[in-house]
Amino acid sequence: MTDMNTPLSKVRGLGSGKTGTETWISHRVQAIANVPLVLFFVVSFVGNAGKGHAEWVAWLKQPLVSVLLILFVLNFTAHMRSGLQEVVEDYVHDHGNKFAATIIIKFACALIAGLSIFSILRIAFGG
Amino acid sequence: MAQAKRPLSPHLQVYRFGAHMAVSIIHRITGSALAFGAILLTWWLVAMASGHEYFNMVQDMAGSVIGRVILFGVTFALMQHFASGIRHLFMDAGKLYELKANIASAKFTFFFSAVMTLVIWAAAYKVMGAF
Repeated sequence: MTDMNTPLSKVRGLGSGKTGTETWISHRVQAIANVPLVLFFVVSFVGNAGKGHAEWVAWLKQPLVSVLLILFVLNFTAHMRSGLQEVVEDYVHDHGNKFAATIIIKFACALIAGLSIFSILRIAFGG
Repeated sequence: MAQAKRPLSPHLQVYRFGAHMAVSIIHRITGSALAFGAILLTWWLVAMASGHEYFNMVQDMAGSVIGRVILFGVTFALMQHFASGIRHLFMDAGKLYELKANIASAKFTFFFSAVMTLVIWAAAYKVMGAF
């Protein structure tokens, strides 16, 4: 099929990607929130290195630790969802593959968040 | 059809390799690697919630040679992504675009991540009573 249009002429007049700015700013806000959360996470892991199950559970049961861990999971899954999607949008050009990869990323991030937060709550409220 | 052969402006191949371009692509690579790290963290949390038997098994796997090599890599990826992410935030604010500062800050992210990875692991071994 002959197509005389240039790629540029096809997209002229369509307008912007609409929610691009919001996504971009959200990604940066998540990055800023990740700074203290990652520091908390790393310090906690070093401090508890080599500990057994009971000690790890006792550590996680502290309300502040449970809350910070849940916030960390929520924040990094949101950050990794938009980060991975950006990578896919830049390097995967086939429409079908791009759609499939985007769906997989969204589902995987939701699954990671769901499993992690349920586990944290189960430990926090468990006997 | 014909337009596929139209000339495009030069892309990555015309630029000399440098720290500032390395840090850019490594930010994406480490970010993707951390997605793998997120899966490991999820597995570890699920294991902790499942009880001490399964948790101990996962801890033993994490403590094996292969486990430690992987976790060392994840630590480096986290620290490198952390440092280059903060550099990105400065660039988003319009800073660090002068070539000298741009390259120097790019080199600093590698220095930071290498040192921090070693510090974190040394501290973890210290806590475990290795020395």
